[in-house]
Amino acid sequence: MANIGTVTETDFQTAVLDSDTPVLVDFWAEWCVPCHMVSPVVEEIGNEKGETLKVAKLNIDENPQATRTYGVMSIPSLILFKDGQEVARVIGAKPKDAILRDLAPHL
Amino acid sequence: MDEPRNVIVIGSGPAGFAAALYAARANLAPLLLKGLEAGGQLMLTTDVENYPGFADGLLGPELMDQMEKQAARFGAEILPVHVTDVDLSERPFVVRAGDQEWRGGTIIVATGATARWLGVPGEEKLRGRGVSACATCDGFFFRDRELVVVGGGDTAMEEATFLTKFARKVTIVHRRDEFRASKVMSARALANPKVEVIWNTTVGEVHGDDAVSGVTLNDVRTDESRTFAADGLFVAIGHDPNTALFRGKLALDDEGYITVAEPRTATSVPGVFAAGDVTDRIYRQAVTAAGQGCKAAIDAERFLEDEAHDR
Repeated sequence: MANIGTVTETDFQTAVLDSDTPVLVDFWAEWCVPCHMVSPVVEEIGNEKGETLKVAKLNIDENPQATRTYGVMSIPSLILFKDGQEVARVIGAKPKDAILRDLAPHL
Repeated sequence: MDEPRNVIVIGSGPAGFAAALYAARANLAPLLLKGLEAGGQLMLTTDVENYPGFADGLLGPELMDQMEKQAARFGAEILPVHVTDVDLSERPFVVRAGDQEWRGGTIIVATGATARWLGVPGEEKLRGRGVSACATCDGFFFRDRELVVVGGGDTAMEEATFLTKFARKVTIVHRRDEFRASKVMSARALANPKVEVIWNTTVGEVHGDDAVSGVTLNDVRTDESRTFAADGLFVAIGHDPNTALFRGKLALDDEGYITVAEPRTATSVPGVFAAGDVTDRIYRQAVTAAGQGCKAAIDAERFLEDEAHDR
């Protein structure tokens, strides 16, 4: 299982930026309807990708600083971090194969 | 592979759930595939005040939740998958979602419509970075900012009014000199002290690198252009039918809507029916979609009955 669950501003450095494996972070909020469609897809991707990718969720209401730092202005936003850097971003609710297609060059 | 279903409903807005409800109550054990935009456009709205039977109005997502529960209560099977391919060349029809596959004796297409974009330079690059088509999704990010809403219909009015909860100022840009929105919706937007309107004007370009910094406005009467500073652009200029799956398989009109044999819901392929915004360029209301979904379920039921008689 490469699903590391919820991350916050506090553990973002260690859990995401310092990770040896790429991490896909799902920026979401409770009130965001499309987020509720995308989050299960992200979890599925995490389960399938096992060794090569971790997935995590970050609640934007509870983590406004991280949301600003990464310039998130629309949710759901999925940001892929590799070696501490953003390498890909998927904005809006998209089907699983479209998300995988956007991530593929970086995995 | 599973046994073919009597009815497969594709889509989960008012048309889809009404179709599933009626098909379930006709003992057809329908399968409904929700799709990625589950619940349809009403999930992105706030108050629904014009759906009959709710005197005090209710929230769009609440209405959709009720519709889903009502269809499920009578035995509709509802799956949260997004259909990626259909084969309508022979019966039973085949519906696929990734590597999953179902067969159906009849299909009801209720895939609805999705917000249309302007198609101007800068728009796509800045989508999710200040360009949005969903105020209820993204309004939150624009506290104390200045926003532009493009459009003149009910959606534009609702978005503008909703955005005043967050924004310092909302400017509606509309290409004509009057709104086509309903009177009650326009009056509510215009009465809001944070809302201003620029008439007879279109948006020609969106500016910004990492975030929207402004837009180019073109006056359609004088042809003059100017730059207008804004932190965000909300596009509400209408919708396009979600018919990419059916191109070349069902007859579509010149704007991509599925053609149905009014007053029935039959498409160009016998056994495939369509309902809701995917067929409707005129009314596009939750209640008309639900009504047409009901018709599609009854049409599908009769189609299956006639077939059984002929056998």
